[in-house]
This record gives sequence, structure tokens and C-alpha cells, in this order.
Amino acid sequence: MRPGFGEQLIAEGDVEDAEEERALIGEFRRQLDQGMWAAVPITRTDGRREAEMVRSFTDIPRDTGRVIFFPRAAGGGE
Amino acid sequence: MIIALSATAIVVLALLWEISIPWIDRRLDERRRRRELRRAGALGAPHDPGRERRAEQRARELLKSCVNEEEWAMYRDLGFLRVWGGQSDPDGPSELRGVDYAYLVYPHKPIVAYLPQTGRLLNEYCVEFPDETRPYGSPRLPDSDDVLAKWMALCGDERRIIAEANLHLPGRQVDPRQVQRDLWRLGRWERERLARALRAAGADPQRQAEPADG
Repeated sequence: MRPGFGEQLIAEGDVEDAEEERALIGEFRRQLDQGMWAAVPITRTDGRREAEMVRSFTDIPRDTGRVIFFPRAAGGGE
Repeated sequence: MIIALSATAIVVLALLWEISIPWIDRRLDERRRRRELRRAGALGAPHDPGRERRAEQRARELLKSCVNEEEWAMYRDLGFLRVWGGQSDPDGPSELRGVDYAYLVYPHKPIVAYLPQTGRLLNEYCVEFPDETRPYGSPRLPDSDDVLAKWMALCGDERRIIAEANLHLPGRQVDPRQVQRDLWRLGRWERERLARALRAAGADPQRQAEPADG
């Protein structure tokens, strides 16, 4: 998510392919190093949609389709 | 005569100076602002009046693909989301032990916590998701992205987002009368939605609403 853009594709690849997985891990770390938060949209077994915050690449379910990065929260309205 | 004219000219110049100071200040501020925007690269991009609208459209599609169908319909129809709180565990440490609570999530406004049973407003949580790279001169996400960020953060790590937010009493930024109106609209929206669902299922909503023994 970015101001003025909305959704942007940062990287894509297949985690079953070692080289692509390395590239995805590198991009994941780069985004977190830039201060972004990462979340994975998930669907529970009862069909309910939720989200899980992830802090490391290993937290991401292997079968997930996407990871969403968004700027980290800051207290506002002071 | 010359002295009188000179004095008049001095007074006129002094008055003109007084009048022109705010104008000069505004011009200087504007120049300063444009210089900062140019430094941030925002003025380098050609003007595109549809960019924000397209960004918002993309953000809406992303939000729709992530939240539940009911939540999407709520946001589309009412302009906000209700997210149930997850800290009301009967054995939990919170003072809300066993009490259901929820949040109203508005775009670019504080998250409002309330008790659905009574409609009592609990707190405002002021939180932003500023992108300091300011790709177009503003750190502000599109409205629907802001809502999605709050939704993901509340669903995924409620304690963390609440810890990051600035806590205020209700009414600091969001008018409590507006929140009460929104809660009333939400109740009516849910009743209509339930009635539609019952009609679609072939049941009579009036009969469903009657007490079982009556």
C-alpha cells in the first residue's frame, strides 16, 4: 500500500523454487527494514476471513497467496 | 506643503506595508512549500487528476478481497467497518472480562471502541499509517487502504495496534453524536440485511421476530 498508488506488486515468486524463495526473503526483509508491517490475509476453516501479522518469513503460511505490506502504525491526533 | 505631502506619503507607505506583509508571508510560505515538494519529488511527476481516484479504486478492490463479505458490504453501504474486540476472554487480564466490545473503523479517523450491548463509547484510539517516503508529497494512504491497515492490525495483533495508538476519551476527534448515529445506522442495516436473508431463505421475517411462546 502506498499513498497515491494504492496496491503495488513488489515481488512475486514460487516458494518451492529455491532461487525465487531467496529473492522473496530478501524483499520481505527489505520491506521490514524500511519500517513496514506485514500481514497475511487468511481464511479460517469456517470460512471467516482474518489477517495475521507476520514478523519473519517463516511465519508466513507456505500456501498463502500474498503478503501485504503497509506503513507501521504511529500514534496520531496529538 | 512639501512637509505635509511627505508626511502623507510616509503614512500611505506605512499602511501599504502593513497590508502587504500578510501577502508577502503567504507568498514566501507557498514558495517554501513548493521547494519542499520539489525536493521530495512530488512536483517532478506530471499532474494527474485521476491518480488519487485510481489509487482509491485499487485500495477498495484490495479491501474487498481481504475482508468478509458482510464487512465489505458494511463499508460499501455505511462508510465504516465494525471489528469485534478479541480481549474479552472471561479469564483474561482485561477489565473487559466476558464483555463483548467492538471497534468502529473509519478512514483517516481514530478507531472508536464501544460496547455493542449498550452503545456506550469507551475510547478513541488515534492511529495513523504514514508512509514517510511520500511518493507524491503526502504520507497519507488512500482511504480504503487506511481502513484495511486498521482491520489487519486489529485482527492480527490487537494489543500491538492499541499500544501504538494514542488513547483519548470519546469525543476528542470523532463527534460522539455522529458515532451514535452510525451505531443506529449499523443496527438498522443489520436488521434489513437479516430480513433480506430470511426472505431469500423463504422465511417470514415478522414471524421470525415474534417470541417463540407468543
